[in-house]
Amino acid sequence: MDQRTRLLEAALFAAPRPLALDELSALDAEATDADWLGAIQELREHYDHEGHGVELVEIAGGYQVLTRQAFAEAIERAAFSSRPVRLSTAALEVLAIISYRQPVGRAEVEEIRGVSSAGVLRLLQERGLIEVSGRSEGLGRPLLYATTPQFLEYLGLGDLADLPRSDELTIALAPPLADG
Amino acid sequence: MTAAGTATSPVPADGAFVVTLDRYAGPLDLLLHLIRREEIDIWDIPIARIADQFLRAMHALGLDEAAEYLEMAARLLRIKAQLLLPRRGDDLAWEDPRHELVRRLLEYQQVREIAEWLDGAARGRASRFARGFVPPAPDTPPPPLEFTIEELLEAVQRVLSMMPDPVIHRVVPRPLDVEAATTRLIETLGSRERFGWREVLGPSPTTVDVLSSLVALLELARSGWLRLAQSRPFTPFVISRGPAYQTT
Repeated sequence: MDQRTRLLEAALFAAPRPLALDELSALDAEATDADWLGAIQELREHYDHEGHGVELVEIAGGYQVLTRQAFAEAIERAAFSSRPVRLSTAALEVLAIISYRQPVGRAEVEEIRGVSSAGVLRLLQERGLIEVSGRSEGLGRPLLYATTPQFLEYLGLGDLADLPRSDELTIALAPPLADG
Repeated sequence: MTAAGTATSPVPADGAFVVTLDRYAGPLDLLLHLIRREEIDIWDIPIARIADQFLRAMHALGLDEAAEYLEMAARLLRIKAQLLLPRRGDDLAWEDPRHELVRRLLEYQQVREIAEWLDGAARGRASRFARGFVPPAPDTPPPPLEFTIEELLEAVQRVLSMMPDPVIHRVVPRPLDVEAATTRLIETLGSRERFGWREVLGPSPTTVDVLSSLVALLELARSGWLRLAQSRPFTPFVISRGPAYQTT
């Protein structure tokens, strides 16, 4: 491996969170973004092709080394690490609405779900998955919510564009052509 | 508020009682479940049948008093009624009263699908571990302040110079001087048999003078040294020698 690739590996090993591309420049001021992307590519391939138990993952706008899914059960059984608590259906529904419609107010979330959602919003805010991103210009200037970087990290997504596009969902909102 | 029978219910800080249903996330969820179970075409929902089923399910789940479910039940019954109204066959302006419901159901269905996708993504992420557990860095305490006493005094001076001149009130204790007032009254009684209340006070009495004299008057009246008389309420009273008066 290239010297810079080894530096990248060491940095990712040492960091407690995903490292963004522009943070890597602090490691070596002479390296350009393209240099780092090259190093990222080399390290990823190294892990993938030489049978490593870890992989290089693009997550929440940065890069992180994670153990491979295949070993999750054994690691958990041995109690070396444990999975975070899963979210309730209600919490996932609210997250789904916010992730696609952000910034969005409580009224719209409740309108779509058909149930009051104040408690769920508070819970998601406490877990750091959503945050208040501003206030609507509408009556009463209600709070607007948006997802946080922790949301992407929780889901293992690189950015919001990794969410499925609406045409990839089985339900389309367009009415059938025969109608009307 | 979602309400229902069996589920456990955390009481949030604002006191609102939130109960989450085990099985259904809300009336739309229940409705979708019924539509799927009955294998109904969502674009042609037999409202009368589905409304009956919805009410029955509500009752079976103990949701008879859950506002959101009641609202949906009312909505279904209203659509049912609207569909029963006669209309002309060529009425182009007629809009299927089920449309809005179908739109909401599909929108909700889409949200459910995304929610499931999110759940899958979260589970995928949760089964890949980052290196060891690293406790989050505690908030670093502010660095210790380094300054000399001169700098501190200068800073204090700067702050003080911004303040308007303080208005300093001096509080002077002024106890009532009942003793002096008593002596003065007795002296006056010695020279005159009757006199008015105002004459006891000097030419420009202070509040304390008035109060002291009043207390002295009442005290002397109680012990019989003098007598107080008033012709009508709120008129000036007249002071005269009392039965216990003795010349000193």
